[in-house]
Amino acid sequence: MIRILFIILIIISPIRALALIEVDITRGNLNPLPVAVSPLSIDENSRQSFENIIKIKNIGSEISKIVEKNLKTSGLFNPLNKDAFLQTPEIANLKPRFEDWNLIKAQALITGKVNFVDDKLRVEFRLWDVLAGKEMMALAFTTVPDNWRRVGHIITDKVYERLTGEKGYFDTRIIYVAEEGPKTRRVKKLAIMDQDGANNKFLTLGNELVLTPRFNPNSQMVTYLSYFRNLPRVYLLDIETGMQEVVGDFPGMTFAPRFSPDGKKIIMSFAKDGNSDIYTMDLENRIVEKITNHPSIDTSPSYSPNGKYICFNSDRSGYQQIYIMNSDGSNVKRISFGKGLYGTPVWSPRGDLIAFTKLHKGKFYIGVMRTDGSGERLLTENFYQEAPSWSPNGRVLIFYRETKTDDKGEGFSTKLWSIDLTGYNERLVSTPEDASDPSWSSLLGN
Amino acid sequence: MNRSLVVSSFLHIILIMITAMSLPFLTKKPLELPPIVSVELIQITDKTNIPFAPKAKKTIEKIKEKEKKLVSEQAPPKKVKKIKPDAVPMPDDKADKIEKIKEDKQNPEKIDNEIKQVSEFEKKELFDPNNIAALIDKSKIETAEISNETDKVTQDQQKSIDIAGLSLSEEDALKAQIFGCWSIPLGLPYNENLLVRIKLQLNPDGTVSKSEILDHARMNKPGQGFYKVLAESALRAVKLCQPLRVPTTGYERWKELQLNFDAREMLEG
Repeated sequence: MIRILFIILIIISPIRALALIEVDITRGNLNPLPVAVSPLSIDENSRQSFENIIKIKNIGSEISKIVEKNLKTSGLFNPLNKDAFLQTPEIANLKPRFEDWNLIKAQALITGKVNFVDDKLRVEFRLWDVLAGKEMMALAFTTVPDNWRRVGHIITDKVYERLTGEKGYFDTRIIYVAEEGPKTRRVKKLAIMDQDGANNKFLTLGNELVLTPRFNPNSQMVTYLSYFRNLPRVYLLDIETGMQEVVGDFPGMTFAPRFSPDGKKIIMSFAKDGNSDIYTMDLENRIVEKITNHPSIDTSPSYSPNGKYICFNSDRSGYQQIYIMNSDGSNVKRISFGKGLYGTPVWSPRGDLIAFTKLHKGKFYIGVMRTDGSGERLLTENFYQEAPSWSPNGRVLIFYRETKTDDKGEGFSTKLWSIDLTGYNERLVSTPEDASDPSWSSLLGN
Repeated sequence: MNRSLVVSSFLHIILIMITAMSLPFLTKKPLELPPIVSVELIQITDKTNIPFAPKAKKTIEKIKEKEKKLVSEQAPPKKVKKIKPDAVPMPDDKADKIEKIKEDKQNPEKIDNEIKQVSEFEKKELFDPNNIAALIDKSKIETAEISNETDKVTQDQQKSIDIAGLSLSEEDALKAQIFGCWSIPLGLPYNENLLVRIKLQLNPDGTVSKSEILDHARMNKPGQGFYKVLAESALRAVKLCQPLRVPTTGYERWKELQLNFDAREMLEG
């Protein structure tokens, strides 16, 4: 009994210990991080060799410009003006004087050098933490000189990943439908370009109508829809080799074929006996399987990254809304309950969000919601816009937007736009012609 | 049955007695705090350490009465325009003013005027040699000695401050500063544990002499690559914010500080 009392006394007695003061920091700023991208240093011999081969005066400077532009467009970084740099690229590459970089408020610094080795381009780069005064990363790449733009993108991806904690999306390509001509007689071609708009190439001639190209999430394979003699036909196109094959002819209205996450199946919707349902096709044995079986119109299917679920839109409730179901078609659940119509749902590669197009009171919105339908956020509003496609890291959406035609039937155009999840970093993606239906590839290095 | 009842009653009585003895401040009336004008400019540490504040209040009231008497005995105070709350003096300014008051002690008008500008608790500071010493010279030992000689209440208060940690205003000022310096890496997976604890050793001027990540081992664990990114961003924030907005007094209590950076709230949006 006495022992118990003693213990109680000890517990209850006020203990005055000098504890370490703790302060909880639960907020921070989302301002772009100030980064200094020093031009990559290059010796005179290498510079001349590259100038002879790829007709660029200073490849080191050009690569750093690509890195700088990429970082800026991401909206997460603020590349500092090079005029303010106190150290020359040659010295900065050897040993940065952190006080100098600190003076211009840089928090991170990228330095590097370019060499011409055995007819190849060798690039070394280093990322420095200016405030801590230490190296964060150092890498080197060797490639053919023509690949110099990709080197810039790869450096950006590495820097982005090291500083933000998620993979980058710069060494990627975008496939889209290039359009020209009046609205009633549009010529549509398949086109591809780097994510920054460079290296644009047309993949078809425009003789046939092409629609909804979609990248395989694991390779540089594309599936798209084309009308051959007025019949919808689904194609597979290997971007690397240029090889193309017909997956099959499908009856009636066929929409938006899309790959499964493992790239072994395509999922699409088509109308059979007057009813649109969702089907998958195994690319190895070409067996078609019906996934939904409902008298309503079910379209725009998209797999979750783990392949277990499918989101799609359906008008089974009377209005077009977003639904999810298991990959075998069971357990269908409606997830969108907001006002207006919802369409083109696309599951994020991160798996946490579904992007969609919403039509409400005559306005089109691109938005995202969680996979259970909660947390709906509308990122952008316009007269007409649709078809969002995710960047491979699930941070940015690319979509297309149409402008209104004036009274004379002129002024119509379609352009690609990108916006990140914050909803603030909206940018026009420049293309040589009008563009629609974009699809973002996975990282090329994968 | 009866035995259990007796034992239970006995234990309850002991509990009540211990509680009553160890928590005497509960019986005292709560302190009416004057409105805080500015969290960053004024040292109001005394106010947020409630347990010993009633004593301080009494002392201040005594001083106040004494001053009133002084004023009425010597000459009627002149009407002086009240200075707006925004004009509350900076800690450094305060030191100057205190010195002025010391010089012109015989002039009751000036004393009255100064007192009108500041809150009740700062009035006490004007007559507290401990705090004057702390402002002019931050020598801790000297402060303690003067304190012993002059004012027992201040010593008690200091003790309570040491135990209580930072006051709310001091903590808010520090948080506000670090919020501005911390660029949160936006790509972090928000369904993971995103807490980074950093222990700092500070110099009296708020600069950091040593920083240490407490869960350092986690950086090298597989699948925790994001933690390294987060920890580095927190360290950058600390370095960028130097010198930290720490109180001008009481170095002993904040010379070691732990900052818990938690990005989850921001990333979940």
